[in-house]
Amino acid sequence: MSIREVYVDNNATTMTAPEVLESMQPFFSRLYGNPSSMHQFGGQVKRHIDRAREQVAALIGAHPAEIMFTSCGTESDNAAIRGVLSATPDKKHIITSRVEHPAVKNVFQYLGQNGYRVSELSVDREGRLDLDELREVLSDDTALVSLMWANNETGVIFPVEQAAEMVRAAGAAFHCDAVQAAGKIPIDLKRTPIDLLSISGHKLHAPKGIGVLFVRKGTHFSPWLLGGHQESGRRAGTENVPSIVGLGRACELARECIEAENTAVKALRDRLEKTLLERAIDASVNGDTVNRLPNTTNISFKYIEGESILILLSEAGIAASSGSACTSGSLEPSHVLRAMGVPFTRVHGSVRFSLSRYTTAEDVDYIVENMLRIERRLREISPFGRDELASQSR
Amino acid sequence: MWDYTDKVKEHFMNPRNVGDIPDADAVGEAGSLACGDQMKLMLKVDEHEVITDAKFQTFGCGSAVASASALTEMIIGKTLSEAEKITNRDIADFLGGLPAEKMHCSVMGHEALEAAVQHYRGVSAQEASAGKKQIVCECFGVTAEEIERVARDNALRKIEDVTNYTKAGGGCRQCHGRIQEILDRIAPAAEPAVVRPAAAKMTNIQKMKLIEETFEKEIRPMLKADGGDIELIDVDGDRVVVSLRGMCSACASSSFTLKKYIEPKLREFVSPALYIEEVKP
Repeated sequence: MSIREVYVDNNATTMTAPEVLESMQPFFSRLYGNPSSMHQFGGQVKRHIDRAREQVAALIGAHPAEIMFTSCGTESDNAAIRGVLSATPDKKHIITSRVEHPAVKNVFQYLGQNGYRVSELSVDREGRLDLDELREVLSDDTALVSLMWANNETGVIFPVEQAAEMVRAAGAAFHCDAVQAAGKIPIDLKRTPIDLLSISGHKLHAPKGIGVLFVRKGTHFSPWLLGGHQESGRRAGTENVPSIVGLGRACELARECIEAENTAVKALRDRLEKTLLERAIDASVNGDTVNRLPNTTNISFKYIEGESILILLSEAGIAASSGSACTSGSLEPSHVLRAMGVPFTRVHGSVRFSLSRYTTAEDVDYIVENMLRIERRLREISPFGRDELASQSR
Repeated sequence: MWDYTDKVKEHFMNPRNVGDIPDADAVGEAGSLACGDQMKLMLKVDEHEVITDAKFQTFGCGSAVASASALTEMIIGKTLSEAEKITNRDIADFLGGLPAEKMHCSVMGHEALEAAVQHYRGVSAQEASAGKKQIVCECFGVTAEEIERVARDNALRKIEDVTNYTKAGGGCRQCHGRIQEILDRIAPAAEPAVVRPAAAKMTNIQKMKLIEETFEKEIRPMLKADGGDIELIDVDGDRVVVSLRGMCSACASSSFTLKKYIEPKLREFVSPALYIEEVKP
């Protein structure tokens, strides 16, 4: 293995923060009680869950009673969408965007095949949403609108607060997938009429297997998992106590770090992006660079292919991801970049670097140095753009 | 992460025979930039039809590069007729196997070789495909012939396997019924093959290539004279989506240029049914 490890795939998952891991330890050993039990074993554990609920609520400006723990972001999205629709069975129109995460996209696709009329909002070349289009498609029959706060691939931030106002005025429910946004940019649910909001623990330095669904008081919502009375009867199943406690701690840390995220992390991201754009043979950024997560950059290297880039980056100890067809598991390139109209010549060579508060300036320099070397190497074996390459080496 | 064999990794990290043969006797191309992989194979062939040298250039993933590298090693020193007997399965076996989802990379190598041999024998790719190709998978431009050949060579029984080997059926899935028909037809117990009437139609890949060529030869020189450029964004059936660059993107008469100049050129050189749409940068 290589000596150096540089992890810049934080939109895929993050390292569990050492403080988080520490906070979880007692709940694997001494504090093993079931929070629903009447005895002291359970009672003391329940107090820790209540505290975690407060910590999560504080990060997003919610009331603790509005926080429901789930097993992951995907469950939160499923529960939100299905929970609202089964509580409002008379309305048969739902709205989403063309660039959602599969956890929303595929649920909408399923619903579209099962009696719902689905409107998909388009995005422009920079991945931006057109709120006029939302206004046009909203109707009395609209039950639910689901839009992501920030895009996982490009980091582009949607104006969800304005969208939520419009949806509220139209009498529909609004769900927001904030899996990428939470912990990276400020979220204050007191200021916006978002009805439901999903968060995933492992995207903000908590472990995998824990998520949150915020359900605003008064929202029509039917539980999906039936069973015991946990989570105020909205999500049955014995609580994943260690992870809930860890997530609470992670949210507390995220609150403390959110300023650094938007200054220090952002500065590193900008430095990475700027240097690559200046020094690469042909590189361009995908997505709106103004309204964007501070940690994410999605860069297309023309005429070279993403999987090849990732393998060579990985050889150098660098972990990133790509929108290329060959890295998707399916054979289709990124639906997000395609929806933005990014040309084929660039989609397949797209690389997403997503930084975290653990990324250093040395890491950034190391990525730049290796990425430039890899670009040149792959361009040399590519049948495309050879004239340009020849003129560069002169 | 894909589960590549050591040999695939080794050929990707140290590809053999990368480069150019400026005076090649045969050149074959396969794949498409739009599909995420493209390969160019160049051969030197002596008077006894022995392949004395082979070089390749590949845009694509790890297994695409490895398959191309393997192919060149396999064919150098062979006669054309020996080389023609190499199947995609042989390429994959040479590499110690490929992940099922990546078998289409070996198919691309085989197609580039086929195209190069045809080129040597004076059959152009367009002639070879004219009249006989029947597109089954519109998304990836895969023909019935190709599906049938690959399914036979590799004893494929399931649609999913056909997708992994040829990409056919990996997009909108609308062609799954027709792929199943082909599989049923060539299954061991099945009835003798029924020959279907052929539709003379270009594959998406051929169409895209021809559009790019038309841009290059007929359109770019004119746009560049005015400080502009054009980029192909997408081809969806007869719909050609483009984006104008440079001075053109800010030009008030750009939509006029598109409809009055570029569209007629595409209709003349590619297909009369094409229509053009612009996305603003």
